[in-house]
Amino acid sequence: MLGALIIVFREVIEAGLVVGIVLAATRGIVGRGWWVSLGVASGVLGASIVAAFAGAISNAFAGSGQELLNASVLIIAVVSLTWHNVWMAEHGREIVAELRRVGADVSAGRRPLTALAVVVFVAVMREGSEIVLFLYGIVVSGTSMASLLLGGVLGLAGGAAVTALSYFGLIALPTRYIFSVTSVLLALLAAGMAAQAIRFLQAAGVVTALHTRLWDSSWLLPDSSIVGRMLHVLVGYTDKPTGLQLLVYLATLGTIAVLMWWVRSSRQPKPAH
Amino acid sequence: MRLLLALVLPAVMGLASPGLAEDFSLTIKDHRFEPAELEVPAGKDLTLNVTNADATAEEFESNDFDAEKVIAGGQTAVIKIGPLDAGRYEFYGEYHEDSAKGALVAK
Repeated sequence: MLGALIIVFREVIEAGLVVGIVLAATRGIVGRGWWVSLGVASGVLGASIVAAFAGAISNAFAGSGQELLNASVLIIAVVSLTWHNVWMAEHGREIVAELRRVGADVSAGRRPLTALAVVVFVAVMREGSEIVLFLYGIVVSGTSMASLLLGGVLGLAGGAAVTALSYFGLIALPTRYIFSVTSVLLALLAAGMAAQAIRFLQAAGVVTALHTRLWDSSWLLPDSSIVGRMLHVLVGYTDKPTGLQLLVYLATLGTIAVLMWWVRSSRQPKPAH
Repeated sequence: MRLLLALVLPAVMGLASPGLAEDFSLTIKDHRFEPAELEVPAGKDLTLNVTNADATAEEFESNDFDAEKVIAGGQTAVIKIGPLDAGRYEFYGEYHEDSAKGALVAK
C-alpha cells in the first residue's frame, strides 16, 4: 500500500502544483472553474488514452514515440504559458483594477483561460498516464488489490491537498500582487517545461548538441526526492542538466520577460503609479 | 506493411547513423533486470534496448543518468544515453522498486 501511495502522490503533486498555480493566476475571472475542470477532465481522458496505447506510442518513430509525444505536449504548454503571460502583461492591470473596484468576478480575463486549460491538460495527461499504467498493473497482478488501491486513493488525496495548499497560499497574497507573483511562477514553469522538452528530444536522439551534463547536484538535492520533484515543477530544477537544457531554460525565461516588457511599454508609455 | 516497416525502418536508421552509438540489451522478467549489471564503454553514446517480458508495464528510470521511460508489457523500449564517465550508474523500475534494480558499469 505504501508503495502505491508514494508513486501516486509523487505524480499527483506535479500536476497538482500546476493546477494550484493556474487557479491562483485566474482568481476572480468568470468561467475559470469550468475551463480548469475541462483541462483536468480532458487530461484524465488523455492519460487513459496514452496509457491504453503505451505500446504503440513507444514503438512509433523507431522507439522514440514516447519521448517525442512528451516533448510535443510540453512545447505546446510552453507556448500557451508564454501567450498567457504576454496577454496578462497587457491586460492584468485592468483586471486588478476591476477586481478591486467591484470586489467580484470579472469577465475581462476570459481569453487566456483557454491557454491555461491547455497547460492543465498537459500536466494532468503526462503525470496521469503513469498513474493509470501503474494502477492497471496492480489490477492485473491482482495481489492484495484492495490495499494497493487504497494506497492509490490516499496518494491522490495527498496530491489534492498540495493543490489546495499552493492555491490558498497564493491567494492569501494581496490582490495587486497576485498576478505579478503568478506571472513569475508561470514563466518559471514554462522555462522548466521547455528544458524538459529538450531532455526528451535528447533522449530520443533528435537533438544531440550540448548533451553532456553540466553538473551533478544529486548529492545535495536529488530529483527523486519530494522537494526535488516540487522544485522541478516549480522552477525547472534538475540535478544533472545538460548544456542545451540550461540554454533553453534561460532563453525561454528571457523571451517571456522581453515580450511582457515590450507589450507593457508599448501600451503604457507612462510608468506605473 | 507493418512487417515491411519493422524490417526496413531499423535498417534505414542503422544506415543513417553508422556506428554512432553502441547497442546493449536488457530484459525485465518477474520485475527483475536480466542482466542486473551491464558493462558499457565510458565516453560513448549508448543505446539501451530494454525488453519488458512481464505482462504489466514498467517505468525504466535512473537518477544517475538521464532516463525515464514507460515500457508496456511485452514491449521493447529504446533508451538513448549520452556519454558517461567511468563509474557505476544505477537504474530501477519505478513500479517495482524493491526488486527491479540494476546498474550500468562504464569502463
